[in-house]
Amino acid sequence: MSLETDDVKRIAHLARLAIDAEDIPGYARNLSNILDLVEQMSSVTTEEVRPMAHPMDAQQRLRPDEVTEIDQRDRFLRNAPQVEAGLFLVPRVIE
Amino acid sequence: MHTKSLAELAEGLRNKDFSSEELTKSALNRISQYDSQLNSFISVAEEQALVQARHADAQITSGKLSSLTGIPIAQKDIFCTEGIRTSCASRMLDNFISPYDATVVEKFNAAGAIMVGKTNMDEFAMGSSNETSFYGAVKNPWDTERVPGGSSGGSAAAVAARLVPAATGTDTGGSIRQPAALCGITGIKPTYGRVSRYGMIAFASSLDQAGAMAPSAEDTAIMLNAMAGFDARDSTSIEKEVPDYTAVLNNDIKGLKIGIPKEYFGEGLDAEVAAKIEQAVDEYKKLGAEIIDISLPNSSLSVPVYYVVAPAECSSNLSRFDGVRFGYRCDDPKDLEDLYKRSRGEAFGPEVKRRIMIGTYALSAGYYDAYYLKAQKLRRLISEDFKQAFENVDVIMGPTAPSTAFKIGEKSDDPITMYLSDIYTIATNLAGLPGMSVPAGFSNGLPVGLQIIGSYFDEARLLNVAHQYQNVTDWHQQIPEGFK
Repeated sequence: MSLETDDVKRIAHLARLAIDAEDIPGYARNLSNILDLVEQMSSVTTEEVRPMAHPMDAQQRLRPDEVTEIDQRDRFLRNAPQVEAGLFLVPRVIE
Repeated sequence: MHTKSLAELAEGLRNKDFSSEELTKSALNRISQYDSQLNSFISVAEEQALVQARHADAQITSGKLSSLTGIPIAQKDIFCTEGIRTSCASRMLDNFISPYDATVVEKFNAAGAIMVGKTNMDEFAMGSSNETSFYGAVKNPWDTERVPGGSSGGSAAAVAARLVPAATGTDTGGSIRQPAALCGITGIKPTYGRVSRYGMIAFASSLDQAGAMAPSAEDTAIMLNAMAGFDARDSTSIEKEVPDYTAVLNNDIKGLKIGIPKEYFGEGLDAEVAAKIEQAVDEYKKLGAEIIDISLPNSSLSVPVYYVVAPAECSSNLSRFDGVRFGYRCDDPKDLEDLYKRSRGEAFGPEVKRRIMIGTYALSAGYYDAYYLKAQKLRRLISEDFKQAFENVDVIMGPTAPSTAFKIGEKSDDPITMYLSDIYTIATNLAGLPGMSVPAGFSNGLPVGLQIIGSYFDEARLLNVAHQYQNVTDWHQQIPEGFK
């Protein structure tokens, strides 16, 4: 599996990652090598095998629908890069 | 004081041979004296530690003490600590002060342990050499030109140099066991779900598990006693009683059935490492164990499967770092998309970016079945190999890592070679099984680790098996020259 420059650009966009243009060929090479490694998976037929999502095949636990969290807005806002009037600030999204 | 085991330190505190404040100061002094050579700590919490120590001394005076009361430990910087920076060794979280404690941290606080600091690691626990940290590489105390392993490399180096008596780690593909092996200490990764993941920054949620690192099996058993248990705040935590892991350490292991997988001794294994592992197995024969040859036929697929499952889950988990609610934000974003892209692009290092991109690709439209679903199916085959093996054996043994510690920079340009450092540890994470690494000798002055894998929730037996070996060997008591 060989990824080209354009593939890397597309993947980086999907992942919302800015990658410097000069670094793209390096990523294309590394990611292609990793996909070659991953390619070994196709050596085994798995049609009959049930996928394993959890080591113990555990089911999602349910809990009573009760309020357990208290309001800690100010506390959680303390780590935000930019806040105003108790809100997270981002660049304008609606003109 | 730094050469004493956890049990000896607890006894010293109980007998008032020394106070927790003296013990804590001794650890802080060793960190300030030696850590410039190792870079094993990201943050040292001197003030908070001394407050905790004085509190512990008061508890000891009043007779209220557990086996960890007053004992200084270090937390891997992946565990959230209220009021103390939790960076995950990333520029992304360089300024992040957690508003709450991880369950593991809470439990150590409740046990009266003293947290002296947060240890260095690979960025977001992605790496096998501790070279991907935003705060620089950690050095191996046995040879400071070499890596300590990763991702819990800071914890391993700090314990090996006896800066602290014990530390926590996390293990997604070998991140406790491989650095424990490369630094000559004992490390245990429990069964998936045994220790709470709440407040432990997520990398690959179906694989991540916290564990303990210390010189001996007995020390790690004491640590695990404090860490293990059900937590309603972790949706994959397992509701199962926690035994006293120190209770069966002294059990006889006569008749123990040890499986030796032929796949763990093939091409790629250093000959001297192989010889040390064979010697360790011989030692077990002398202790009355029965050695049985086994096969784990799908084990060669574990590295490829892991490099789909782990990056896929990482790409999803790390999408929360968006530069909006916490963490790094780029300067002057021109719009929201620019804010996301540049904040993430500037704050994540190359290995984290590689894994996010592999995961994004594997999960993108049209590729899901070929990659993630296929990997999950193979994961079941790998796990069934172990289930079959455990029908005939009690534990499985082999090398922890294919070689001893390598030179800093030796593999950092070649991700694939680096990934193969975890070739023997990854399968246990995919299966969710508990595993340990135990010091088993030296090759050219560098430590070799013996891996012991157990069946689900068989941590007590693993610790027993490791302890019996440590009763007849002294590899775990060796301290690197220059740190004695």
